[in-house]
Amino acid sequence: MRREPFLKWVAKPVVFLLCLFPAARLAYDFFTGGLSFNPIDDVTDISGRWTLRFLLITLAVTPVRRLTGFSPLTRFRRMIGLFAFFYAMIHLAMHVIFGFVFDIGAVLRDIPQRPFITAGFLAWIAMLPLALTSTRGWIARLGGRRWQRLHRLVYVSAAAGVIHYFWNYKVTEPGPVLYIGLAALLLGFRLVTRMRSRSGPSAV
Amino acid sequence: MLIRKPDDVRPSEITPETLYRNRRDFLKAAGFASVASVAGLGVSGCAEAEVRAASQLGPYDTDEEQTPYEAVTGYNNFYEFGTAKDEPARYAHTLQPRPWTVQVDGLVRDPKTWDLDDLLAGFTMEDRVYRMRCVEGWSMVIPWYGFPMAGLINKLEPLPSARYVRMETLVDEEQMPGQRRGFFGYTLDWPYVEGLRMDEARNPLTFMALGVYGREGPNQNGAPIRLVVPWKYGFKGVKSIVRISFVEDEPLNTWQQENSREYRFFANVNPNVDHPRWSQAREQRIGELFKRETLMFNGYADQVAHMYEGMDLRQFF
Repeated sequence: MRREPFLKWVAKPVVFLLCLFPAARLAYDFFTGGLSFNPIDDVTDISGRWTLRFLLITLAVTPVRRLTGFSPLTRFRRMIGLFAFFYAMIHLAMHVIFGFVFDIGAVLRDIPQRPFITAGFLAWIAMLPLALTSTRGWIARLGGRRWQRLHRLVYVSAAAGVIHYFWNYKVTEPGPVLYIGLAALLLGFRLVTRMRSRSGPSAV
Repeated sequence: MLIRKPDDVRPSEITPETLYRNRRDFLKAAGFASVASVAGLGVSGCAEAEVRAASQLGPYDTDEEQTPYEAVTGYNNFYEFGTAKDEPARYAHTLQPRPWTVQVDGLVRDPKTWDLDDLLAGFTMEDRVYRMRCVEGWSMVIPWYGFPMAGLINKLEPLPSARYVRMETLVDEEQMPGQRRGFFGYTLDWPYVEGLRMDEARNPLTFMALGVYGREGPNQNGAPIRLVVPWKYGFKGVKSIVRISFVEDEPLNTWQQENSREYRFFANVNPNVDHPRWSQAREQRIGELFKRETLMFNGYADQVAHMYEGMDLRQFF
């Protein structure tokens, strides 16, 4: 309990500002000409990439704690997850506002037609209930166990997200491959631990 | 759109150059500059570049706002120098556009290797202001500098049996560092190959460009000679051409070879036929904030649609 004020008044604000930094930098670059000649695309790309990074960080918390017995990020996981959603909202807003000029009907018609867009939308929609139930009140209302089960939707979001990123490119690029690899590693860790715990005593 | 022949234009209809430039300045001040300042695009040096392009607009030119020189030469797809948009501008200095030879072979009266300057002898260079639509969903308005391909074909005298023209880009890892195998061992198969049906190649819109904005170069735009086919997606515009072959069969172009599910031979700009992974209904014009609607044949339907009559454009995309 002695460390709680530190967490609340120092650590959390610091992490909060760190998470906000890419958005601030992006806004700064946008308005000062720091982006390429296609700044709309750049904001879309960069916000999408930060979404994936924050998703992968939240997914890394548990494996790191299991493997090292120590995970400094556990207390910040909800916040980081919310930032993933924040960057996903920027990403989606760019698509809807500048890509489709607010033609919501066209946005919706586009979703089932193209696997690339379908995957991106799936990644976003899977995050939506997690963002909405991220408050302490919702944890209490759902109960820790059910809340945790619900929040496994983040696996869907991460998997769909990295595939969406990969499908965006005309040719195979190292970047998306790396993200797919990281997501596979982090999701694979859960699969392996689950299988081990099921076959539990007999295997040990 | 009614395309007037040049002699239909009365001298009185031609806008004096000073007015024309003023109009451009006005448009720039009213339109692009405001968007650009919001979007943070650099417009400095734009005026200098515009002056270079201030030839009178011809019957095939668009009067749309021209994309600034910095964007035309700084935002490129030219995988021979890297797959990122800024890499061609950063790395294309290693390309040596002279001396340059072009091998002409296949079904042609006199197959031989030309020195580029001999090949260009006798052609009058002109500016063509065309829309350019990339298959990725962005577009520009570019004042190309060069000459119509029809003239080149007449000079080379292909045989009547020639049905297609096939063109190749230089292969040279020293000059084109992007041709080296990447970290994942991945690049396109070189040489980059593109082709046109003969009637497409002879269409008055089809253009051999030596550069942009009234002069040759720069390298990242396909020096010393490249193809421009404004009603097709940009990847048809094969750059730094070293070989022109007249052939009987449809050439296998590089992007079709790479992924024939997504790219085929014709690559006509068509808002109604989507890329399998994304819509082609809209495009991001460089320098604008909101995507605009993509036009059939990139707005050149009047000049080119007749070539595709009776063809199922969903099948022949």
